[in-house]
Amino acid sequence: MTTLTLSKALNEGLRKALEADPKALIMGEDVGKLGGVFRVTDGLQKDFGEARVIDTPLAESGIIGTAIGLALRGYRPICEIQFDGFVFPAFDQIVTQLAKMRYRSLGTLRLPVTIRIPFGGGIGAVEHHSESPEALFAHTPGLRVVSCGGPADAYAMIQQAAACDDPVVFFEPKRRYWDRADVDIEGGLAAALPMESARVLVPGTDVTVLCYGPMVRTCAETAVAAATDGKSIEVIDLRSLAPLDTETIFASVRKTGRCVVVHEAVVSGGIGAEIAAQVTQECFYNLEAPVLRVGAYTTPYPPSRLEEHYLPDLDRILDAVDRTFSY
Amino acid sequence: MAVKDAGRAARPVQRAGGRRAAAREPEREADSAELIQLLTPEGERVEHPDYPLDISADEIKALYRDLVIVRRIDFEAIALQRQGELGIWASLLGQEAAQVGAGRALGPRDMAFPTYREHGVAWCRGLDPMKLLELFRGVSHGGWDPTAHNFHLYTIVIGSQALHATGYAMGIQRDGALGEDGEAVIAFFGDGATSQGDVNEAFIWASVTNAPVVFFCQNNQWAISEPLERQSRTPLYLRAKGFGFPGVRVDGNDVLASLAVTRKAMQAAREGQGPTLIEAFTYRMGAHTTTDDPTRYRLSAELEAWKLKDPIERVKQYLIRSEQAEMAFFDEVEAEAAAVGTRVRASCQQMPDPTPDSMFDNVLTTETRQLAAERAEFAAYLDSFVAEEAAR
Repeated sequence: MTTLTLSKALNEGLRKALEADPKALIMGEDVGKLGGVFRVTDGLQKDFGEARVIDTPLAESGIIGTAIGLALRGYRPICEIQFDGFVFPAFDQIVTQLAKMRYRSLGTLRLPVTIRIPFGGGIGAVEHHSESPEALFAHTPGLRVVSCGGPADAYAMIQQAAACDDPVVFFEPKRRYWDRADVDIEGGLAAALPMESARVLVPGTDVTVLCYGPMVRTCAETAVAAATDGKSIEVIDLRSLAPLDTETIFASVRKTGRCVVVHEAVVSGGIGAEIAAQVTQECFYNLEAPVLRVGAYTTPYPPSRLEEHYLPDLDRILDAVDRTFSY
Repeated sequence: MAVKDAGRAARPVQRAGGRRAAAREPEREADSAELIQLLTPEGERVEHPDYPLDISADEIKALYRDLVIVRRIDFEAIALQRQGELGIWASLLGQEAAQVGAGRALGPRDMAFPTYREHGVAWCRGLDPMKLLELFRGVSHGGWDPTAHNFHLYTIVIGSQALHATGYAMGIQRDGALGEDGEAVIAFFGDGATSQGDVNEAFIWASVTNAPVVFFCQNNQWAISEPLERQSRTPLYLRAKGFGFPGVRVDGNDVLASLAVTRKAMQAAREGQGPTLIEAFTYRMGAHTTTDDPTRYRLSAELEAWKLKDPIERVKQYLIRSEQAEMAFFDEVEAEAAAVGTRVRASCQQMPDPTPDSMFDNVLTTETRQLAAERAEFAAYLDSFVAEEAAR
């Protein structure tokens, strides 16, 4: 075991992906000499060369559009979009082209393109640097959408995404880039949880709390706080947002009878809304309370001096947990 | 011999007021643009020093055959749409020479990325025309194997494929597949697409990576109802200069010129000399699609002027005058085209709908649990009608 930051774990995972397949490429803005603005690709261009770790022109649609072309030629591009709010110039290529091309070809084509997106707030950034647009992608058939919550998953999941023959949108919790944890970078991935599976992070009996990305740590801390209050929270890291591991979700809710979904994204039309609908449909007779959502308000991301009020935190999650006992 | 761009003379000048009219200086450059031509509208063979074309009578006759057949396929498809057999059709009428010239300039290992109007290129790549009709009938979204003929799926969102072509070309570079017998890519798009960010981004990518890609722009003068003046104040081929690679304007109604210019650009790309922008100056003789009504936005005089530059007639005139073909040849081609037309018509009418269940196929490489559940739910729903029917 090695102790790594989440950023470094991704870096090690990407290195493994480049080593595992000579067709794997990294491409994006500033990913070469600089190693990316978050240093996730640090040192990779030096070791794998400019043909495999490509500093691209500054145009997101171009990054994804050329990645599609490279994939059609047999390559496996791993693209970096520098910040969540900058993905939209590429949204057209992702949604109208990348997501649909396999379907359109009746299964003839494979599009093994991974799109890494640092997402979420909490870092005091200017506008367009703190967003959570994952639901827009999860709503699009033809894409796999995942998010890692900690260094060990970051290391394994980025390799699984790179090896996947489908397009994967990979959301990285940017405010957790510097969180540290033990990562096994010696052993292979055989024992790793499949990318589309959720993980029961903290077992519990009273309330199921579902989360992903930056909220995983917050929810784990909430479980500790709730325990002192005599409440047993089961924390599940969803990891995959499309498809959802509904089997794991339903099994937990059937046990606890209460469900709270937590994400930084706005609640309206979000992942939580989808989960609430599915849980209500499948676990109706097990529910002691309605499924509650804790997320951002339905406003654009506010100036960063307000973000502590905008983003879910331990207290707001605890508040929602308490409310599930009031029905 | 280079001739002056005769096509421009027929264009109606759009004036939206004095200020706009006064600001039209750059347009004059378009009027004086050099147009590469090897066969005049009258069917006279001319030479161009940069584009020598050594071509036999048989090869020209083969091009003539292509032109006539793709026009017939187009004609049949329009009729099939009118009869309700196709949902829509995007006609290539008038653009046959641009497409056949470019299509026949490609080697088997070159890769083509079309829009949705490249029926002539599809023909040259050996794709069964029925695959095109499947798309416009609503039976598939294309559904052919792009690797079988090195002809990618039709792309409907304007300009997206220019980036795919460029990325594919970057793959060729990484495969080390450049050289005299190397590979290159051709991206097709229209004049309207040159306003798209993706096309401009593709120019930038291709330029800075020196990618082996040829951008083949069929400037058919109209993006649905909007004339070229709404897209550009500079001749399109000149844009290449700003991106740092060569641009050339070719008479898009001249199959020999289209062939020669594309051949040269593709060979340059294969040999590692990077991208070229080809502007094939042509005219969309028909409507944008079968749902469009061009009488609302353009003058019939313009159409009449372009009829005189018909891409097929000039080849026929040349073959007759140079005594390279007898009338029997033209009759044979006509008969063959009619046979293709008959087959297209019959096959289209007999084309079965896909099975309802097939809409769940190929979303991802493996079916998700949710999709499997939806598929089963849908099947049970359909079955409920069968059960209901049986119970009656």
